[in-house]
Amino acid sequence: MSALRLLVRALRDPESLGAPDWQALITAARAEQLLGSLAFRLESRRVPARVAQILAAARRDADHRRTRALWEAEMARRALAPLGIPVILLKGTAFHAANLEAARGRSVGDLDILVPRESIAAAEEALIGAGWERVKPADGYDDLYYRRWMHELPPLIHRERDRMIDVHHTILPPTARPTPDAAALVADSVALASGLRVLCPADMVIHAAAHLFADGDLAGGLRNLWDIDRLLRQFDSPGFRAVLAERAGRHQLRGAVAHALRLAARLYGSPVDPNLAGRWRPSDRLFEARLLARNGWGQARRPLLRFAFYVRSHWLRMPPLMLARHLWVKATR
Amino acid sequence: MRHQVSLRIGPVGFRVGSAWRAPVAALAALYAGYPAPEDGIADFTVRLEPTRPWRRWTRPSIAIRGDFELPDAAPMALAHGLLAAEMGMNLQMALGQRFWLLLHAATVEKDGRALILTGESGAGKSTLAALLGERGWRLMGDEFALLDPASGRLHAFPRAISLKNGAIDVMAAEVDAARFGPLLEGTPKGAIRHLRPNAEAIRRMDEPARPALLLFPRFGQAAAARAVGQAETFMRLTQASTNYVALGRAGFDALTRLVATPAAAIDYPDTATALDLVEALWTGASEWRAAA
Repeated sequence: MSALRLLVRALRDPESLGAPDWQALITAARAEQLLGSLAFRLESRRVPARVAQILAAARRDADHRRTRALWEAEMARRALAPLGIPVILLKGTAFHAANLEAARGRSVGDLDILVPRESIAAAEEALIGAGWERVKPADGYDDLYYRRWMHELPPLIHRERDRMIDVHHTILPPTARPTPDAAALVADSVALASGLRVLCPADMVIHAAAHLFADGDLAGGLRNLWDIDRLLRQFDSPGFRAVLAERAGRHQLRGAVAHALRLAARLYGSPVDPNLAGRWRPSDRLFEARLLARNGWGQARRPLLRFAFYVRSHWLRMPPLMLARHLWVKATR
Repeated sequence: MRHQVSLRIGPVGFRVGSAWRAPVAALAALYAGYPAPEDGIADFTVRLEPTRPWRRWTRPSIAIRGDFELPDAAPMALAHGLLAAEMGMNLQMALGQRFWLLLHAATVEKDGRALILTGESGAGKSTLAALLGERGWRLMGDEFALLDPASGRLHAFPRAISLKNGAIDVMAAEVDAARFGPLLEGTPKGAIRHLRPNAEAIRRMDEPARPALLLFPRFGQAAAARAVGQAETFMRLTQASTNYVALGRAGFDALTRLVATPAAAIDYPDTATALDLVEALWTGASEWRAAA
C-alpha cells in the first residue's frame, strides 16, 4: 500500500491498521502536516513504544501550536477592536477558536482572517499600528498584484512575534470565475465569546472546498480534505445538507463543493449528500492520484501530474492574457 | 531511496537516504558500532537529493531535505556529503525535536553526574568535551544535551564530534586515527573532520546522568571564573535551547529545575588552562554538594 493510502486509512479507521509500516506512515503524515491529527486519532490505540513516543511529542507540539494560534488571534482582535468591524477567523485558527472536531491535532501556520471589503484598508492600518509590517516592498509588482487582483492583502508579519497574518475580504481571487457572496459570508458568520467570529459551518466547508478545488494546486490537499471530512461528520444532518447545497449555489461554488464531497467520501468515507456530490467521474481519478502523490520517504511523486495541477491552479485563478503577463513577470525578474 | 542507513544516537533514531552511495557509506563508516533505531522506527528522516534531477550526475549538488527543512539552505558539494548528512540530522533535532528539552551544549559525565558546557559557537565546548572524553570522563555529546522534562535527567546524544580547523590537530595527537572521518576541506566553516566518540561513550549511551555543574566557557581571555546566579543561568539556557518555547509548560518546568544546578562562567586563554579550571570547579562543586 502506498504511504499516503496508508495515511488515509490510518486517519479514517485507526482500528483497521494491523501492523503497518510505521516509518512510512509517520514520515508521510509529517510531510502532509497531518502527524498531529494522526497522533490524536491513534491516542487510544496500542502502538509500538517508539511510535507512542513520537506521537506523544506530536500531540505536545500540536497543543503548543494551538496555544500560539489562539494567542495570535487574540492579538489581532485587540488590534482591530477599536474599528468596531466584524473580524472572522478562517481555516485552522477558526477550528481551534470554535473548538471543532477539525481542530484536534490540526497544525496552524499563518493567521487568516476575513473582514468586510470596505474595511480592509482601515484593518491594514490598524494592524501596522499594532506592530505588523509589510513583507513585500510597498511599490513592487507583488504588492501591486495582491492589491489589484487578490482576495487578500499582501501578507503582513509581526515585528516581535514573527507571525504572519493574511487579511482577506473574500475567499477567492476576484479574477477567478466564481464570485462568492462575500457579504453573505460576513452576514451569516457566528460570534464567539471573545467577540471574534467564524464562518457558519456550511461556509467553512465551502471555503475549504474553494481553496482546494477552485484556487490552489492541491498541495497539502490531504489535510484540507481531512478538515472537510471532520466538518462534514460534525455537522451532518438533513438541515445542514440543505443549507450546504443552497450556499454552495449562492457562492457559485457548487462544482468545487461537489468535487470536495466526492473526494472526501472516496478517501475518508465522509457522509455526503449524493445529490450535491454527484457521480464519481473518470477525471476524479487524477485528483485522487495528485492528492496521494507522495512516498514513504516524504518525497513528492509524479512531477508531471503535479505540474499539470500547478498550471491548472493559475488557469483557474486568472484569465489567459493576464496569466501570460503574470508568468512573464515572474519568469524574467 | 537508492542508498540508506539507519542509526540510533542516544534515544533518537535517524534514517538517512541518499541519491548517491558515497555520503551514506561515509556515514555508516563513521558511525560503525552504533545501534539501529529502536523497534526499527526512526524519529527523523533525512534525504540527500540532487538539487535538480540532472544534478545527480552533472556537477552533483546535494539538497538537504527531510522531515524538517530550511527553505533557503545552501546546496552542498558531493565531496561534502558526510557533512550534509550530519547537518541534515542536526536540522531535524533543531527544528523538529519535541520530546526532549534540547540544549545547545556539550556534556560529559563522571560517577553518574553530568557537567554541561554551553556557550556561543566558537567558545570551544566541542574541543573541551572531546578532550575530557579522552581523559577520564564519559562523553555524552558535543552538540546537543537532551533533558528529560519528566525526570530532569540528561540523556546522552553522542554523535560524531565535528572538529574544525585547529581542533583537528589537537585531537589527532590524542586519539586513534581509525576514529576519524575524512578530512573535509573548503567547507563554509573551513576544514572539518569528524571524530567518532570512543567505545565507552557508545557502549554507555543509554545511561542518563543527573546535572551537577553548568559551565559557560569563553575562549581568548585571561583565566577567570565567576559564579552565575539562577536568573542569569535561566536566561542563558533559554537562549541555548532550540525548543524551549515549543515545549510550553514542560520546558519551563524542566528549565526551572535545571537552574538549581551550580553554574559558573569561565574564561580561558588555552585548552590546558580550561581543563584545569573545569577539574577545579568540578571538585569544588562536589565538595559543595557534600557539605550541603
